[in-house]
Amino acid sequence: MNKNHRVPSNRTLSTVEVKSKFGAEFRRFSLDRSKPGKFDEFYGLLQHVHRIPNVDLLVGYADMQGDLLPINNDDNYHKAISTAAPLLRLFLQRKEEADYAAFGTNSLTRKKTPAVLAAVLLRPEANRKKPPIIISLPRDFRPVSSIIDVDILPETHRRVRLYKHGQEKPLGFYIRDGSSVRVTPQGLEKVPGIFISRMVPGGLAESTGLLAVNDEVLEVNGIEVAGKSLDQVTDMMIANSHNLIVTVKPANQRNNVVRHSNNSGSGSGGVTSGSSGRSTDSGASFYGYSAPGATAMAPTHIIQNFRSEEMESDEDDEDLVIEAGGEARPIAMVAAGAAASSSMPSLPRYEPHLNLRPPNGAMSGSASAGSLSTTDRGLDRRSLEEDGTVITL
Amino acid sequence: MKRFRRHGHDSQRDKLKQELYQFNKSVEHGFPHQPSALAYSPDLDLLAIGTRSGAIKLYGAPGVEFMGLHDENATVTQVHFLPHQLELVTLLDDNSLHMWTLRAHQGVSELLEVGRFTLTGPPGAPPSVTRVTTVLAHSSGELLLLGTEGGHVFVVEVPGFRELEERNISVEDIQARIPEEYVPRRNLECVEALHEKPLNPNQVLIGYGRGLMVLWDLERQCAIQHFLGTQQLESVWWMEDGEHILSSHSDGSYCCWLTTGGDVQSEPEKQDTPYGSFPCKAISKVLQFPTKQGPPFLIFSGGMPRASYGDRHCISVIHSKTHIALDFTSRIIDFFVIREGEQHTGDPSALVVLVEEELVVVDLLTDGWPVIQTPYLVPLHCSAITCSHHVSSIPFKLWERILAAGDVQNTHYSNKPWPITGGQNLAREPPQRDLLLTGHEDGTVRFWDASGVCLHPMYKLSTAGVFHTDGDPNDNLNQGAEGEWPPFRKVGCFDPYSDDPRLGIQKIHLCKYSGILTVAGTAGQILVLELNDEMAEQVVPATVVDLLQGQDGFRWKGHTRLDVREEPVSFPAGFQPFALVQCQPPAVITAIALHSEWKLVAFGTSHGFGVYDYQQKSNVFARCTLNPSDQLAMEGPLSRVKSIKKSLRQSFRRIRRSRVSMRKHQTANAAKLQELNAKLEAEALQEMELAPVQRRIEARSSDDSFTGLVRTLYFADSFITDSTHCTPSLWAGTNGGAVFAYMLRLPPVERRMEDPVTGSQAKEIQLMHRAPVVGLAILDGRGVPLPEPLEVAHDLARSPDMLASHHLLVISEEQFKLFTLPKVSTKTKLKLTAIDGSRVRRVGVALFGSSRVEDYGENGLVVLTNQGELHVISLPAIKMQVHHPCIRREDVSGIASCVFTKYGQGFYLISPSEFERFSLSARWVVEPRCLVESPNIPSTVVDPTKTRCLGDGYDGSDIRRGNDNDNSASHVMEHALLNDEKVLQEIQKSLEGDQMGHADNNIKPSGE
Repeated sequence: MNKNHRVPSNRTLSTVEVKSKFGAEFRRFSLDRSKPGKFDEFYGLLQHVHRIPNVDLLVGYADMQGDLLPINNDDNYHKAISTAAPLLRLFLQRKEEADYAAFGTNSLTRKKTPAVLAAVLLRPEANRKKPPIIISLPRDFRPVSSIIDVDILPETHRRVRLYKHGQEKPLGFYIRDGSSVRVTPQGLEKVPGIFISRMVPGGLAESTGLLAVNDEVLEVNGIEVAGKSLDQVTDMMIANSHNLIVTVKPANQRNNVVRHSNNSGSGSGGVTSGSSGRSTDSGASFYGYSAPGATAMAPTHIIQNFRSEEMESDEDDEDLVIEAGGEARPIAMVAAGAAASSSMPSLPRYEPHLNLRPPNGAMSGSASAGSLSTTDRGLDRRSLEEDGTVITL
Repeated sequence: MKRFRRHGHDSQRDKLKQELYQFNKSVEHGFPHQPSALAYSPDLDLLAIGTRSGAIKLYGAPGVEFMGLHDENATVTQVHFLPHQLELVTLLDDNSLHMWTLRAHQGVSELLEVGRFTLTGPPGAPPSVTRVTTVLAHSSGELLLLGTEGGHVFVVEVPGFRELEERNISVEDIQARIPEEYVPRRNLECVEALHEKPLNPNQVLIGYGRGLMVLWDLERQCAIQHFLGTQQLESVWWMEDGEHILSSHSDGSYCCWLTTGGDVQSEPEKQDTPYGSFPCKAISKVLQFPTKQGPPFLIFSGGMPRASYGDRHCISVIHSKTHIALDFTSRIIDFFVIREGEQHTGDPSALVVLVEEELVVVDLLTDGWPVIQTPYLVPLHCSAITCSHHVSSIPFKLWERILAAGDVQNTHYSNKPWPITGGQNLAREPPQRDLLLTGHEDGTVRFWDASGVCLHPMYKLSTAGVFHTDGDPNDNLNQGAEGEWPPFRKVGCFDPYSDDPRLGIQKIHLCKYSGILTVAGTAGQILVLELNDEMAEQVVPATVVDLLQGQDGFRWKGHTRLDVREEPVSFPAGFQPFALVQCQPPAVITAIALHSEWKLVAFGTSHGFGVYDYQQKSNVFARCTLNPSDQLAMEGPLSRVKSIKKSLRQSFRRIRRSRVSMRKHQTANAAKLQELNAKLEAEALQEMELAPVQRRIEARSSDDSFTGLVRTLYFADSFITDSTHCTPSLWAGTNGGAVFAYMLRLPPVERRMEDPVTGSQAKEIQLMHRAPVVGLAILDGRGVPLPEPLEVAHDLARSPDMLASHHLLVISEEQFKLFTLPKVSTKTKLKLTAIDGSRVRRVGVALFGSSRVEDYGENGLVVLTNQGELHVISLPAIKMQVHHPCIRREDVSGIASCVFTKYGQGFYLISPSEFERFSLSARWVVEPRCLVESPNIPSTVVDPTKTRCLGDGYDGSDIRRGNDNDNSASHVMEHALLNDEKVLQEIQKSLEGDQMGHADNNIKPSGE
């Protein structure tokens, strides 16, 4: 079932097949692609076909990238219809039981990274039964970046993760050689370093607001760049571009994440920036809120971070195999696949998108909505930064 | 990182690694880049060459070679062997003198620098006073005479480098006794020549720039005779009898002076301008040797008529009625003559000429003075090297046939043995016969014997004959019409001018079992050749293969296809072409593969790949790999770049054609060329200034250029579609990270001529990281790479394990990935770029034998990265074993030229003309091992301990060996702090001594 989205030619068909799942029940119907109608009508239709007229529903669909994204307004409803290829898979949940944790980046594929999910959703699993307090949940968006490992890094450093998602948007930054001053037992010492030299306007790096010109790059995906040439660091970054984690020493040290020692779980959560729009609140309250849950879910988070990275990157890295006359098939990592299924048996596996670009390029994928808004938020935030306010992201 | 650490803890494995891997750069093959000095020792029978980069190389009998490098990296301007000793002195551009010795250590000689020395003048004196222009190593072996720019001659005792100031010959001493009427007496200019009188080592001839020559007696410290030359002096030569002197001059004349005459001679006995009447260029060096029969050999360089032949690089040899001007293709650095007999006192037997790009040895004993083929110092770059290919363990039969084919080509060489025979080669016989094939810009392929230390030319194949080229084959500059004057004869093989760049060879593959060779070139041509012991005349059938396969919207802006000769062409014995494939568009061939058992050739360009059946001479299939969005590949190479290159080449060619007759045109062209160069330089500079050094971080996308470029092709018999039947297959990897697998159906052997070979696509793999695929291999059930075609049939390899499942190894620039077969899924991988930022540039499969256990060996991948590092990666585990920095990362051409052998060795170009050989294997190392013994004059053997104690006890003007010098300096300082009166005095004395002796205390520790 999960291969269908890979057959682009079918998208030209005028109807969209819909396969809707509520609990254990499936319903199949079709919609006219050209006239999808309004979300309210669609919502009614769903209640009707499932025969649950009075149940409040949370509607989600599986998008191109294999992510579970919500349908809750006309825009994302149209997006879902237009990108269905040709099957639109819907997942319905009762609103009161809804698992918001299901939504988000690679939500259907990346099941073994509770830390990340916790970070994304800020919602403790233990509290699942309680009604969630929703502060601008990333329902409509995928994260494009996050600050991670706040707990193990010095406050002056920042470890930023950029999610590429195989989208069109460029990573968008340049690096250069430079020199930096280090404190050594012998006193101050000038050492060569790598710095961010330029941001591409509208690029991913710029839109996150987490990286800036003149930030010193210290590590790339956990490997120190000291002693490496500019070209080597460039190649390392490009090789890791699908899941790039750079540790920087920001040139502007005023926006550093403030750590709180009064909470046992302080700082153990990752910080998602960009789409969530959480920059509206103060860092303190945000951490106070998120920390316990994250700790509960991922007590070994510190160690886990990189291990999970390794696993993820393996999965991200799946190559595409086309057998003679057959369909495209991604290559599952034999060992990794087994490990994944044992650790996360409960959730269905979904084949990730393989970066196959459709030939007509008309479809930019569901990501575009998210990334567009991200840019806006990014701009908002930057204007705030310029005010000099200490903002925690 | 983790996994390597875990690996490293295993001490057993570490021990095994030491037995398997060992890195060293063993020998340099080819011709030294930018030679600048030449010397020859008749006693040792060794040749020495100094280079502009400060290297000094010694050569004797084939296999005997030494190499040393000055720390200064300055040009070596002169090299002199100390007579009857194992020592030599070099003079560098920075005016420093260096002493080198050949020291035996564990039965093998090593070239070591043992001392250095710089003349310093009195304070305030201009540097020209001590600027050394000439060096004479006195035959006593104890003195060095240094002539300087200021006209002084300094006498220095060697090997200790102690200046004997009382014996110095100052210019004032000389001037005092010159007759008043001699015009140039006020300014004699620099010392141009210093020569010891034959048969009387106490008398030395000093030649000054303005023409004056003085015979000086070293014992009595006075001038004996004056020769008042009036022309600018270039060189001086003593006749063997010690009675006549030859001097050569800047006006193209040489003079003969008699030394038995009176005290002052103002007129030479004889004067001649060999190419006279019109103004001539200088004769830079002149030699004359008597012969038993009577007429002497007169040999001189230069002297050409300035106007018409001023740009030729000539050495003229005149003997009796024979007069030849040897015309070299590059600048003459220096030359010497080897004489017959034990003591090298007989007739001249060989003329050895070092020109900028090659070493030419002319046999003077054989009529016609043919050239002797050099066993080393071969100019690899006669035409620029465009690619290379190495084949290990050549079967003896094929080896002999190639040698025989080469012998036919070498008939114009002299059959005299190589005249330089110093030293003993102690290296073991190479364990196997290895061939190195180099492809060149002019369409030739050269076969080199790469088994041992000497890279020896075996055979040369030219592919140009198959095509019509714009260069006329009869367009020889040296056709030397009868009666032409000067009587030019072209010598040497360095010819960097390619008539048609499309002929350039890009890929070579030789099957050592069948003797089938494929070469592929710049204009999309693939030739299949067969070794034939007889010459043959045949038509080469051409097949045009359209690689676009109907892809529209394509415009090829590059060069056109080569024009094939349709008439029968005569091919000499050797490799003769019997099939030709021409790709359309005629882009450069980027990959080839040959399967001699299936009789198939696969080829790829930036547009696609195809398979050609050379048995039936028909194309099997072609596949287009173009990405429609790839504009660059669509249009061909950038036209702007090409046009500049083209116009430069054309300018060069025009210069070459016109240099004989049309001088005006030539200068115009040269001016144009200069202008062009200046423009190019300015452009480059501007670009550099505009772009700050920064790098864009961007994920690779399918829009990148040349994603369709085929990087590697691989034939394999494996389980491509199901796990029970193995089938012939072709694998292709592209720049965009795609791998295509084609299943091939071969008709049964008895119907091979009739039934067609077919191919159908079986698989396509798109690597997620999209990095260029640079290598493909299939490992059998035991994890061993599949053998080469025919290898098993010839019983030279174990047949592959076909029972257990096979694995596909895909090597991209960034990762190594092992996939299962036939169902492709990742088994193991190593992400090289993600962990250390380097990218794979060259890769090869090699067998590493253990140095301890005879029958233990491991297969591994040898990888050269863009950082110039070599890695060994184990198979099939894909784990890093060892890594060594090998090439500077800035040396892009060196990295690109690297080629690996099947046994863990490799070659790369360190200059356009030199291959460096390296070895990663602990078992197979090819390196020079040779011994040079001191000549049979025991009294002159220098005891190194004796010279060492020279350092102490001299009254300040002491020139010591580096180490002692350092020690003594610190010694002095220690005592000075203690206010020791004696030491203070010593310092005082040494300061005075410095002033008086103009000697330089040498601070730099020597590299002993």
